Amino acid sequence: MRKRGGLFWFQLGFTLLIVSFLIVPVILSMLAGLTVNYQSGLESGLTFRWVAAVWEGYRQTIFLSIGLALASLAATLVLGVPAAYVLARARGGWARAIEELLVMPVAVPGLATALALIVAYGTWGGFRTSWTFILVGHVLFTLPFMVRSVLAVMHAIDLKTLEEGAASLGASFGQRFFQVILPNCRSGILAGALMVVTLSMGEFNMTWLLHTPLTKTLPVGLADAYASLRLEIGSAYTLVFFVMIVPLLVAIQWAAREPRARRTERA
Amino acid sequence: MGGARTQGAPDGTRMSGSDSDALRPVSVRLERCGKTFADGTKALEPLDLEIAAGETAVFLGPSGCGKTTTLRLIAGLEMPDPGGRVLFDGVDVTALPVEKRNVGLVFQSYALFPNMDVRGNVAYGLRVRGMAKPEREKRVDEMLAMMRIEALAHRRIDQLSGGQRQRVALARALAVRPRALLLDEPLTALDAKLRDALRVEIDALLRRLGITAIYVTHDQAEAMALGDRIVVMEHGRVAQAGTPREIYQAPATRFVAEFIGTMNRLAGRAEAGRFVTAAGAIPWPEAPAGAREILFRPEAVRLSADGETPHLAGAVISAFFMGDHTRLFVAAGEGAPLVVEAAARRHFARGDRVGLVVDPAGLLTLKDSA
Repeated sequence: MRKRGGLFWFQLGFTLLIVSFLIVPVILSMLAGLTVNYQSGLESGLTFRWVAAVWEGYRQTIFLSIGLALASLAATLVLGVPAAYVLARARGGWARAIEELLVMPVAVPGLATALALIVAYGTWGGFRTSWTFILVGHVLFTLPFMVRSVLAVMHAIDLKTLEEGAASLGASFGQRFFQVILPNCRSGILAGALMVVTLSMGEFNMTWLLHTPLTKTLPVGLADAYASLRLEIGSAYTLVFFVMIVPLLVAIQWAAREPRARRTERA
Repeated sequence: MGGARTQGAPDGTRMSGSDSDALRPVSVRLERCGKTFADGTKALEPLDLEIAAGETAVFLGPSGCGKTTTLRLIAGLEMPDPGGRVLFDGVDVTALPVEKRNVGLVFQSYALFPNMDVRGNVAYGLRVRGMAKPEREKRVDEMLAMMRIEALAHRRIDQLSGGQRQRVALARALAVRPRALLLDEPLTALDAKLRDALRVEIDALLRRLGITAIYVTHDQAEAMALGDRIVVMEHGRVAQAGTPREIYQAPATRFVAEFIGTMNRLAGRAEAGRFVTAAGAIPWPEAPAGAREILFRPEAVRLSADGETPHLAGAVISAFFMGDHTRLFVAAGEGAPLVVEAAARRHFARGDRVGLVVDPAGLLTLKDSA
């Protein structure tokens, strides 16, 4: 093996320093959620008491967040993938304009979007108090991420020629879309899905304004816990959040890699 | 003239047995087919063209000449401007979209489906037609054997070379027994050696199948080798249509003359059975009166032998040793240097004086210069 110079060790050390700067607070926070008394430190012992307390008090927020993330995913798939297809096939300048417009909800502060939603629909009683009100906000916020990542793949694969090839072989629009276009945009769709689910799970700005006492999501509950309860409970909440989100991230990454390993058995 | 190649070819046996009736080639006719794009660009002037059943027609021209647009009109990927009609065997198919026309398409960029392996690609057209699996498998095997890619059957597309990809694309297009095969610059993305090999193979394939084929290229050597008939296009118009021999030997316009092969030009005037130029006079009994310019191919001119009276005198500008001959650029009279082929054994240096003898049988005039 090549001998490593001083520069290598310096760079390695620097990288580890930066990484630990970012990771240490996370570890400390998770540990805090497991210690009996954070003030007296780890000597006070480890316990699951706080995690149990979170489960008791905030179970609903966890389920709501998962539900919201999945519903946002479904909505962005149904709206975003066809939208990306239309934008990819369109040649005119209007398509580029719409692409830019789609990013608006990301650029505009979430609070502003939420306020606009409340001003517009706040008086629709049943809607305002239902979880679908938050869903609308989440879809607005996450849709651009789905459209963008699918669009990026569509631009990269010469969609038009692929589709023309399939059409010349006799494939109808439906067959082309589901058998050729979607499978070849898989990586973009999965990347978009990953963004949508994680962004929806973690969204706070907008949700904080949109929620009602009965529609608290996980991040809103977390803010609640930090503000009004023991630091240990807030930290335990963070721990619960991690335990939920990390396997999800790993699962989606794994799904994105799968076609490489698997052989196409059709035909 | 179309079917002549198929019948006349030494190996011209069409696919035998049940294959022959399944693969029935159609004649293709374009009537007043123009194309104006949405942004107002006129890609094609209204065009009339007939391609006989079983014929290989090559659309040849520089980029932007309308050759690909014409191909796309035939494929059904573009609609002609109102008034234009596309007919297959006399039946109007103008309103049929590409998926209903049953034409095979081969693209420069291959357009293979990366989500399927080689077999999956070849089988796709049969699958969307709902062909039963045993029959489909059999047909796919036939196609893989025909293109000699059986060994690649389970490869992913990204594991194939360019030449292999184009073979898969051909197998995929032919698997559905198309009524015509349309090829859009299929060899342009390949390197020169592979291009030649695959060109020979495509030629043999088209002869054997007897399929109506339309081949778009900007490469005149490819056009000459493959076409029963070449349609030379320029600025959205047909400049000339004819056999490779006609196009080469009797170009109708200056554009065709200069686009196909190498063409020498000399300015001068016809008088008393001669054509007189600034570099000398060429005896030419049939010289058309009033001709002000002549054209001839490099093979119609040679260096004068010892003791022979040359027609033209010039000086070598540059000499390229090509192996079997030497290609000379000779300054003679005004205008562009003449291209002359000389024997390989003789050595030339810049400035060497040479005498040229021109074969009057190889002289051409164009209408616009007569």
